Amino acid sequence: MEGKKLTGVLLDDQVRLSLDEICEACSCRREWVVELVEYGILEPLDAHGEEWRFTGVSLTRAHTARRLQRDLGVNLAGVALALDLLEEIEALRRGLQTR
Amino acid sequence: MDFQDYYKTMGLDRDATQDDIKRAYRKLARKYHPDVNKRADAETRFKELGEAYAVLKDPEKRAAYDQLGENWQSGQEFRPPPDWGSGFEFSGSGFEDAGGENHSDFFDALFGRGAGAGFGSRSQRGFHAQGEDHRAKVLIDLPDAYSGATRSITLRTPELDATGHVVTKERTLNVDIPKGVREGQRIRLAGQGSAGLGDGRPGDLYLEIAFRPHRLYKADGKDVHLELPVTPWEAALGATVKVPTPAGAVDLKIPPGARNLQRLRLKGRGIPSKPPGDFYVTLNLTLPPADTEAAQALYKKMQQDIPYNPRANLEV
Repeated sequence: MEGKKLTGVLLDDQVRLSLDEICEACSCRREWVVELVEYGILEPLDAHGEEWRFTGVSLTRAHTARRLQRDLGVNLAGVALALDLLEEIEALRRGLQTR
Repeated sequence: MDFQDYYKTMGLDRDATQDDIKRAYRKLARKYHPDVNKRADAETRFKELGEAYAVLKDPEKRAAYDQLGENWQSGQEFRPPPDWGSGFEFSGSGFEDAGGENHSDFFDALFGRGAGAGFGSRSQRGFHAQGEDHRAKVLIDLPDAYSGATRSITLRTPELDATGHVVTKERTLNVDIPKGVREGQRIRLAGQGSAGLGDGRPGDLYLEIAFRPHRLYKADGKDVHLELPVTPWEAALGATVKVPTPAGAVDLKIPPGARNLQRLRLKGRGIPSKPPGDFYVTLNLTLPPADTEAAQALYKKMQQDIPYNPRANLEV
């Protein structure tokens, strides 16, 4: 294992993931991801397209949603609110730093 | 091994009711959840909390723990008493909600290794489970985001050995950090998490990118900021000055009449991306010291020749 160089996938907004890939990475069912989309936690690139495509950022959000739900017992409306507020705090924090 | 004071961890008295324990757990779990709390020790605190709750919420485990007595201090060298465990039965269930995988040696000694995760009972033939995902933070320098880098990461993960015991294994991975990463982004290394059980696939490893504080630059997403000290005459008359960027020095044109804290943009000189971020330069006007007669004479001449009252609108 040592010495070998590993290259991962950078989960940025250039990466494209299918619904099944999100499910596999989160060990979750399709219905749960559909719910995340209904609550606006995840936004597929083309919501009306034949097959949903997500960016890498969506996978990170889905993971956080899963942990918040599992560890804190937050429902999905609460998860959506928490994620929005966390993002806002992060933006404010960065703004303070670079002011 | 060190004694763990579970009551102290949860901020409770020893006579707390089961309801008190539940309330304290919920409150502290919200506070220290690593997705919510960005402090470096949040993850450790959250794990300690999960372990404390796993014991105190279970009346059997709590009673056994209480029997150790209250004379123990957190961190004190601890060995289980010889008669430990007699008269108690630990069912080893109901741990799934507190992230109950990696408990302390103290917990393992009292309640058995894997009492939480249920490894022993589950690893019978025919059982398959996906390996766990792992998360780790990688510190890089901002210039690495411009050029890409390789980082060597050491991970300590609990694994099952051939006899079914949990052992901590150290692994070192050399990971490619691609050009263009931003703070907070994740890199997914598929299959680099814990091994699966049976035919279960291994978990994944997620690396979160963080930047070490830099002497000159601050990153904001894909934009990068620099504070640039300038003289009053450069700001007043305009000038072209050399400015460092992580990709090398560039010439920056300061327009005549520039103000203090004015922000100038070097388009596309931020972190490489499609499209790349921008590089922002904030002017920081500095005054030359009036510590020689010549300098004082010049300040006096400005005082006489330039009619300027910065307090005009204070109406005093």
